[in-house]
Amino acid sequence: MAKQIEKKHSLATRWMHWINFPLLAMMIWSGLLIYWANAVYSLRIFNYEIFHFFPPEFYQFLDIPYRLAEGLRLHFFFMWLFTINGAAYITYTAFSGEWRSLLPVPSSFRRASLVALNEIHLLRSKPAQGKYNDAQRIAYTIVILMGAGSVFTGLAIYKPTQVSWLTALLGGYEWARWEHFWLMVLFVLFFAIHVLQVAVAGWGNFRSMVTGCDTVDALEPETSDISEAMP
Amino acid sequence: MSDDKKTLLEKVRDFESRTGETTDSTPDLWPGARENTANILNEPRKLSEPLSEIEAQKRMTSLTRRGFLVGGAAALIGIFGWRWMPQKVKDDLLTRTFEFNERVSQLFYSPKHLAREFRPDQITPARLNSNIGAEGELDAEAWRLIIRGVAGQAGDLVLTIDDIRRLPRTEMITQFKCIEGWSYIAKWAGVRFSDIAAAFPPKDINGGVGDVTARPDELPPYVYLATPDGQYYVGWDTQAIMHPQTLLAYELNDEPLTPEHGAPLRIASPTKYGIKQIKRIGVIEYTSERPRDYWADPNNGGYDWYSGH
Repeated sequence: MAKQIEKKHSLATRWMHWINFPLLAMMIWSGLLIYWANAVYSLRIFNYEIFHFFPPEFYQFLDIPYRLAEGLRLHFFFMWLFTINGAAYITYTAFSGEWRSLLPVPSSFRRASLVALNEIHLLRSKPAQGKYNDAQRIAYTIVILMGAGSVFTGLAIYKPTQVSWLTALLGGYEWARWEHFWLMVLFVLFFAIHVLQVAVAGWGNFRSMVTGCDTVDALEPETSDISEAMP
Repeated sequence: MSDDKKTLLEKVRDFESRTGETTDSTPDLWPGARENTANILNEPRKLSEPLSEIEAQKRMTSLTRRGFLVGGAAALIGIFGWRWMPQKVKDDLLTRTFEFNERVSQLFYSPKHLAREFRPDQITPARLNSNIGAEGELDAEAWRLIIRGVAGQAGDLVLTIDDIRRLPRTEMITQFKCIEGWSYIAKWAGVRFSDIAAAFPPKDINGGVGDVTARPDELPPYVYLATPDGQYYVGWDTQAIMHPQTLLAYELNDEPLTPEHGAPLRIASPTKYGIKQIKRIGVIEYTSERPRDYWADPNNGGYDWYSGH
């Protein structure tokens, strides 16, 4: 059967995607070194503590205690690289037109739930899609917003007097720290699901994030899109 | 777009112009017509010409080899570059980044940007963390504040607590923030540092009498503060210490400062972390050289010298 090679990810996107991985990892790691000095958050239901961030064993295993200064030094260095990479990605995606592959439209939410039903094998067919399905569009858009959220909540904690308007907008200094922390938790959850999905999607999909390309079955001439567009 | 597609598109356009009917202007590149977000947003598609399976595989193998070689090399350079970077180089890089961040902060700094002030019912319990330099007993009667670098003063300016209390009193309910990540809201009363500097002007950088309000840029750029025993010391940039919410405080929550909170006089300011809000001040010195700072010392962890908000 004839094949076509499809260019899925541009060189810029691939570099920024992979560079973001160690940068985000460094931000989370140094963030944990900082968080340990005032580790006050937990998951609660009706005042019952289900999980405290984090148990002592977690800190000991990763050798986190008493490294606040080191954490701050790393955090306020890598924040620049993380922010620059993120800003470059957003700018590039906006101007290259690649946002067309990424943004959801209102009806995406309905299709995304069909995608989810299909993935848990409750629905045999799945909605038509472009490069990404609608669940991916929503997830990849949200994760970019999370990145921006991390930058802004971080700035609100870092310079609460000079940008007091921003800190106030986020509910004050204490709330901004809480939001900054939970965005980190969401990043970790995103990462776990992302890796799982990539593993399920298989080699061709993973390879396309490295090479930019994947092979697809050649389109049959009679099902070509043009004839469908004819009235 | 292939020539075939172009010809077809032209036919569609031609049909539209002749009949006045419209079809969707762009052909669907992705299956599923309009229920596909890709078509709604006109997502482009980049496909090669049809290839035989073998040819496609050959091209992909070559792309894969190149991609993983370049990616792998970049990853190794990143990992080992960071791991093998000498500690000295890494420390310098991170300290210089703090200094760079400081310059960026100062670019956007304005004394008109004020920290939020709170209502009395929002006050939370004041927390204690460290008392380096303010540990033992202090003879309150014998305590004096020494200020170095005051204009028209041959030696040091020496003030008693009553001298300080006679200066304009400022109260504020602000948030005290520890670099560890906790905070509390407290009511402070004392003298604005800028009011002391206006009452006893420092020498400016030209050796004249400094003017805090009219010519703040001509003041010595730094202020050094230390406890009477010299065990704890901090450096401030003059810009931040002259902020209207930086006080030399003698009261906390309507009570005279307790020894643990820094009696008889301490810095209280929402413009920097608690590590900079030195307790039991003994000496203040205007200086053109960047002063040493207890927690910025690499032996004490190498915290951010600026530590400013």
